[in-house]
Formats: sequence, structure tokens, C-alpha cells
Amino acid sequence: MSDLQVILCISLVIPLVSALGVLVFAKYPNIRDICGPIGGIISFIAAVKIASSIIQGDIVYISLWQIAPGISFSFNVTPLGAIFGLVASGLWILASIYTVGYMRGSGEKNQTRFAFYYAVAIHAAMAIAYSGNLLMLFIYYEILTFSTYPLVTHSQTEAAKNAGRLYMGILVSTSLLLFLPAVLWVWTISGTLDFRQGGILPSDFPVIYVPFLLAMFAFGIGKAALMPIHRWLPAAMVAPTPVSALLHAVAVVKAGVFSILTVTVYIFGIDFLNASGGAIWLAWVAAFTILASSIIAISKNDLKARLAYSTISQLSYIVLGASLATAAAVEGAALHIVMHATAKITLFFCAGAIYVNAHVKNISDLDGLGPKLPWVFIAFFLASLSIIGIPPMGGSWSKFLLMAGAVDAAMPAMLLVLAVSSLLNVYYLLEPVLRAFFKSAKKDIHVEKHVLTIIPPVITAAISLVLFFAVDWIMPLTNLMVVQ
Amino acid sequence: MPVFDNIPALLVVLPLIASAIVSLLPSARVAWILTFVVTLLCLFMAFELVDIVSNTSSFSYAFGGWEPPWGIVFVVDGANVYLVLLVAFISVVSTFYAYTILAAEIAVEDLPKAYSVWLLAIASLFGLSMTGDAFNLFVFLEISALSSITLIALGAGQDRRALLAAYNYLIIGAIGATFYVIGVGYLYAATGTLNLTDIVDRLNELGTNQAAITGLAFMLAGIMVKAGVFPVHIWLPAAYSFAPSAVSSLLAAVATKVAIYYFARLLFGIFADITLLVEFFLLYILMPVSIIGIFFGTIAAIYQTDLKRLFALSSIAQIGYITLAFSLNSNSGISAGFIHIINHALIKGSIFMAIGIFAFCIGKRATMTSMQGVGRQMPITFAGFVVAGLALVGMPLTAGFISKLYLFKALFETNNGILVAIIAFSSVLSVLYLWKIFEVMWLKEPTKPLKIEKEPIMAYLPVWMMVAVIVVFGVYSNDIVMSGIGAANALIGAN
Repeated sequence: MSDLQVILCISLVIPLVSALGVLVFAKYPNIRDICGPIGGIISFIAAVKIASSIIQGDIVYISLWQIAPGISFSFNVTPLGAIFGLVASGLWILASIYTVGYMRGSGEKNQTRFAFYYAVAIHAAMAIAYSGNLLMLFIYYEILTFSTYPLVTHSQTEAAKNAGRLYMGILVSTSLLLFLPAVLWVWTISGTLDFRQGGILPSDFPVIYVPFLLAMFAFGIGKAALMPIHRWLPAAMVAPTPVSALLHAVAVVKAGVFSILTVTVYIFGIDFLNASGGAIWLAWVAAFTILASSIIAISKNDLKARLAYSTISQLSYIVLGASLATAAAVEGAALHIVMHATAKITLFFCAGAIYVNAHVKNISDLDGLGPKLPWVFIAFFLASLSIIGIPPMGGSWSKFLLMAGAVDAAMPAMLLVLAVSSLLNVYYLLEPVLRAFFKSAKKDIHVEKHVLTIIPPVITAAISLVLFFAVDWIMPLTNLMVVQ
Repeated sequence: MPVFDNIPALLVVLPLIASAIVSLLPSARVAWILTFVVTLLCLFMAFELVDIVSNTSSFSYAFGGWEPPWGIVFVVDGANVYLVLLVAFISVVSTFYAYTILAAEIAVEDLPKAYSVWLLAIASLFGLSMTGDAFNLFVFLEISALSSITLIALGAGQDRRALLAAYNYLIIGAIGATFYVIGVGYLYAATGTLNLTDIVDRLNELGTNQAAITGLAFMLAGIMVKAGVFPVHIWLPAAYSFAPSAVSSLLAAVATKVAIYYFARLLFGIFADITLLVEFFLLYILMPVSIIGIFFGTIAAIYQTDLKRLFALSSIAQIGYITLAFSLNSNSGISAGFIHIINHALIKGSIFMAIGIFAFCIGKRATMTSMQGVGRQMPITFAGFVVAGLALVGMPLTAGFISKLYLFKALFETNNGILVAIIAFSSVLSVLYLWKIFEVMWLKEPTKPLKIEKEPIMAYLPVWMMVAVIVVFGVYSNDIVMSGIGAANALIGAN
């Protein structure tokens, strides 16, 4: 094995090792809880090395054995995968630190089980990022669903069980009903499922089938939360906040949009998709999802529910980018995975920090809380700016590229959608901050200080800021996605 | 070595002789040991057989030196060698499992006799999978039916309804066997031979012959009864659910599979030249019947509350998937059918074993009410059960996924989008009943405190042996896929 292959294995296996470490040290909480951050750091270093090798033009590939003719159990890092790998492993470091603070601060039970499945879910996310073909992607997509189920139902209350039922029901049934048949359809007509620049569909693939195949992917990949199959995401918010933060703002949902983006770029090929015109309907569905879920978000008083609908809206930005199928739009979509992930994880960290430190869940109860938790609300404010897309926050780049992509695709209506969405974002994301800083407290709220829940959001907010200036570190990867 | 030359005969004769000896043994334990040793020997010989066939492609054994078409022959080729291996493997595992579970379900003084019939059933299954003679097959069919009925009736110690189930099987099975033997009669009248290879040659000479076609129709109908194909499955749910658990696992895993194999051999190996009839049958009878069977089995399972009956109904749906794959009448369809024969045998066998352990430990029948919260008390068995359940719905990294992969591949090759959609939908439905069980066993609290015995290691070890194979075949599928493709090639190449 070459050095790069070893590094690839490390980045994939370390989360599993970390999960085992959690089990082994179950009786020593301090050692157990350090497994996550250490695993995150090692995986992240490996992911950085992989990404830089991809930029230099190396191939990072490992094939273990054959699953079926033309399909092997293999990992092959695409530029898009390298981006997602960076996001998942990098944010895992902070999320695992935050988890310790949150779980201890709120005195949750079964922390070992929680930490175990958390690490397994990260393993699945990393494997999705680096998967070598569409079947591998599907396999780990399912593993991710199953490994997050115990996390969603962690509290074991009746509400959690109902949410878990909805979560599994939607994700498993859509994947079996649409995603898997779509994968097998591609396999039957192409004879391969490898990811290739420019797509793998045979050139004689009838254009009239393109919308059908694309629909099977877009709705079969339920994790992308395209309407009308978005209901699982708000339901999953019953989970402890670290799950909502890392999994339902980053790993799980991004695995969904990552899969859709991968399919459009490496299975269909954006040129083929653009020429066939088979993705225009998807752009409209995404546009509808963006606006509709923003409007629902406004109506939500529960902070986590509002953030969940905001996530649904933002995920459809990425689906929109994929369906516009122009170079700029696809690059913008890939960049939005990074930008939205860092910003949204900050928002969830803040929501969790507010809950653990002040025991407040509803936005209407936030009045006057700003001065008591200043760092939390400043981080919330910065992350909101990034999601709205205001410079100098990272989110402005991805939104800019998406808009440029809409112009390239000759769909100016999408410009309007993005602009209206930004306005709605301003309304529903800045309300909590304004209430916290400018309204006076209705009642006296006792505020604790669990430092481990406050530092991570500040760091991720800072990363959002840095990404505005450091976008050149990521752009080489997005460029590689679209070069011929 | 001369022993190796006689393996096909020994696979039948050895359990047959042992069966007679076992019935005379005074001690249940000695009877079990002898039974287990015999099944182990059979497994060893089956592996040897695989080795021989992989070198020579086909292995024919003439009894008493009477060459075909005059004497009776056993033929082992790519189409049935893995079936023989499957029967041998399942016999070993379920015999191992019977040590605790069968002993708990029937009276001690009956045990040696039970093992005697058990060996008889195994001998007949080997015979069914290897014989190359149409009438000899009928003989094994009868031995298999009578021994299965006796084994099912042994469940009467637990639940008297086992007797009715056995009686139903007796009557319906006899009707099926009669159909089959009438068909053989027609065929013999038309061709003057009973040797299956010889029949192919004679049919070629005859061209279209009404008697032969009638014969085929009767034979197919008879075999479908045995195979539990919808709508002639009616004996199956009761038989599987009231039989002792060890018997259920043996029968559910291999008894119907052997009949399905022969069904495929008739269609694609023996009568393939009567294309008009075969194509008509596949497209207008077998395909609709399979699809209805899939939905009937799945939906009935969703509303079923008795666990053994639930999985018996699910078996009808799974048999539907196998016959559906055959009905596509393509090389990849037949391969997919054979792959699923093996995978489903492993999956359903381990599920029935696990349910037997649940019932054993709580001392009651396994139903949706008695199973509440049992999963958390019996984690080892339950974990194996869950893996097998995931395989049943075709989750990746289990053998069930490989079956599904190849079934869908065959379906896509037909370019029939509606068919694909129907099957995808049915596989989602099957998630429902497994989810229901998972919820009852894992998430629900028991209504009253459970008195649960410790999980017996002799019982959950075989479950995990099967589960291990299921996972290995799911992760490293090359062998299983090659066996399916080999079977399809052997059948199609034979004509």
C-alpha cells in the first residue's frame, strides 16, 4: 500500500477505533470522552492530507474486493468527496468537545452508548465522502441511517420513539423504493457505478428517461430533505443537541446533498444533464422548498425547530445548484456544503448552549439573555450573517456562485428566489439575536456557565469568518469538479 | 478413492441406515450424537462433491451399475451441487440446534424416534436434489412428505393444532404428489422413458406432443404444491408455525427449496424445448401468480401476530421472489432465483431458530404480546435475529442484498419499469412487519415482569453460525453469485 492509501484507511478507520475506545473505556468517563476529539484530530489531519493530494492531482484510491461484476468494495476520493471529508472530520473535533460539555451539563443518561453511535455515524459519513462507487455510497448511506437511529431516540421517551419511527420510516422507505432501484438501473445500463468526471451514463441513454432517473435519486435520497420528504428532519430534533448540530446540520443532511451532487456531477455529468434539460423541474422543486421552508421557519417559536426548517431551506440551495448544472452553480453548491455546515453547526451549538446554560428552548423566552451569554449570541449573530450571505462571512461566496450559476443557466427566476430567501433569512435568524440584546428580560433567568458548550460555537463562528478570506483553500477542489 | 466415487449414493444411504439404527437406540443423547455425526459426514461429502463437480462439471452416478436410461441415476452438476451443499449445511446446523430446543419441545422417550424421522427427511432431501429419474423423484417426494408430516405432528406436545396442520399437509401434499405422478405417467406414455436426460432427447425427436405437454402441466402443478408457491401454499403457514422449532427451521430452510430447484430444472432443463408452453406458463401464469404471492405473503405477514406464522407467510412472499426471477426466463433471472434460494434458506432458517429460542426461554408461544421487551433480555439471540431480519429486507452487507441486487438486475433487463416499481414497493412493505417486531421486542416494556431462562449456548451458536454465513455472503459475494450463475448456465446449457 502506498502512503496515500494508508492515510485513506486511517481517515476511515479512526472513527471506528474511536467508537471502540468509547466502549473499552466506558468505566472511565474522562478517558472515554477524550476518544472523540482525538479521533477527530487524527481524521482531520488525514483528510487535509488527502485533500491536498487531490489538489496536486494524485489519485487516492483503494480497492478491497469485488462485490459484484464491475463493482468493488472500494474507496476513491473525488474532489467533492475530499471537501465533504474535510467538513465532516473537521467539525467532528469541535462537536465531540461540545458533546462532552452538553451531555455532562444536562446530565444525560447512557453517555457511552451515545458516544459510540456518534463515532459510528461519523465513520459512515467519512465512508460516504470517500466512497469509490455509487453502491458503496448507498451502503454507507444506509449504515448512516441505522447508526443515527439510536441517537435520535436517545431519551427513549414516547415522543422520541415516534420521531424515530418517522425518521426510519421516511429514510429507509425512500431509499429502498427509489434510491436503490435508481442505483441498479444505472448499473444495468452502464455496467459500472464508478464516479467519473463527465458521468457514466451511455451516450444513447434516452433523454426522456433523464427526469425519471433524476427524480428517483432526488426523492430517493431522503437525507437531502427535499419537500415533500423533509418531515423526518424536524422530527429528528428530539435528539440531544449535539446530534442535531453535527448530524442533522452536517453529517447526515450533507451526506444527502453530497449524494445528489455526486450523482449529478459524476453519474449524469453536468454537461449531459444541462443539454438534456431533464433537471429543470428539480430546480423548481428546490426553489419551492427554499421558500416554503423559510416561511415555515418564521412560524416556529422553538429555536431548534426553526433551525431545522432553515436547514431544509439551505439544503435545497445545494440541490438547486446541482439541478442548474452549470459549472458555477455546481461549484457554488459544493462550496455551500462547507459554508452552511460551519454556520449551521454554530447555530445549533448556540441553541444547545442556551438550553444547557439557561434552560430556554423558545425564541420568545430569549428576551434579555444576550448580556448574560454574550459569546453565544455573538457567535449566533455571525453564523446568521454567513447563512444570509453577507460579507465578510463565508456564506457570501457560495451564494454569489449560485447566483452566477443561475445566470449561466438562463434561469433568472432563481436569482429572485435566492434574493427573497435571503430576506426571509434575515427575518427569522436575526430575531433571536435582536430579542436577546435589545429586549429587556421578562423574568430573571438563572444562567450557568458550561465552558465546553460555549467555546466550540465561538470557534466555528470564527471559522465562518476566516472562510471568507480563505476560500482559496477550497476553490481548487471545486474547480477540479468541473474541469474537463 | 472408491468412497468418493459413491458420494451421491452415500449421501442418501448413510442417513437412511442411520435412521434405522437411531430409532432403536435407548438414549436420546446417543441418538442425537449419531444423528449429528451422520450430518457432519454428509457435509464433508457435500464439500467433496463440490470439489469434484468444479473439476468435471457434471457427475453421474448409476445405481447398481445399471447404466441410464435403464437404471436409476443421480446427476450432480452446477445446477444442484450447491443445493446439496446447502441441504448438508442446514442439516448440520439445525441438528446442532435440535439438541436443546427439540429436546425441550417433545417427550424424552420420543426423541430417538424423532431423530430417526429427522434423518429420513434429510435423506429424502438429498435424494430429491440429486435424482435424475422422474419416478424416483416421486418416491423421494413421498418419503419427504411423510417424514415432514410426522415431524410436524410432533409439535402436538406443545400445541394440539399441530395435528391439524400435519393432516392438512398430508391431504394437500398427497394431491400434489398425485398430480405429479399422473404427469409422469403421461410423460412415460409419450416417451417410454423415465430418465430425465433421456426424456430431453426423446422429446426432441417427438416434436410437439399433446401427451407430453399434458404431462408437463400435471408435473408442474404437483411440484408447485410442494414448493409452496401461491396459491397452492395453503398447507405451509400452519405446518411451519405448529411444527417444533427445529423442524420449522429445517423445513423452511430447505424443504421447499429443493422442490423449487426441481421446478426450475423441469422448466429450463427438461422441457425447455417445448418453448411455446414454457413461455406461456412463465409469462401468463407464473409471473402474475408470483407477484400476487409476494403481496399476499407480505401483507398477510404485516397483520399477523404469531411470529412463526408471520415468517411462514413471509416465506410465501420470498418464494414468490424466487419464482418471479424464474418467470423472467432470462439467464440473469435464473441466476437470481438460484442465488435467492440459497440466501433465503440461510436467512429463514436462522430466523426460525431464533424464534424457537425466544419461545423456549419465555416458555410460551412467540407472539406480539408475549414478546414485549424480550429483545433486551436476550441480547445475543436478538442481535442475530435482527441481522437476519435486515438480510430479509435486503440491507447492504448481508446476503439478502446480493439477492436483491441480482433480482433487480434481471428485472431491469426486461425494460419493464412497472414491474420494477411493483417489486421495489413490495420490498418496502416487508420492512413494515420487521419493524413491528423490532418495536415490540426492543422498545416496548413487558406487561408483567418476565421470567426468562438463560439463553442456551447450544441454541444460539447455530443461529450465529448461519448469521455469520449471511454476513460473509453479503460482504464477499463472489462465491454465492458464481454458484447462481453456474446453476443457470448448467440448466440452460443442458438443452
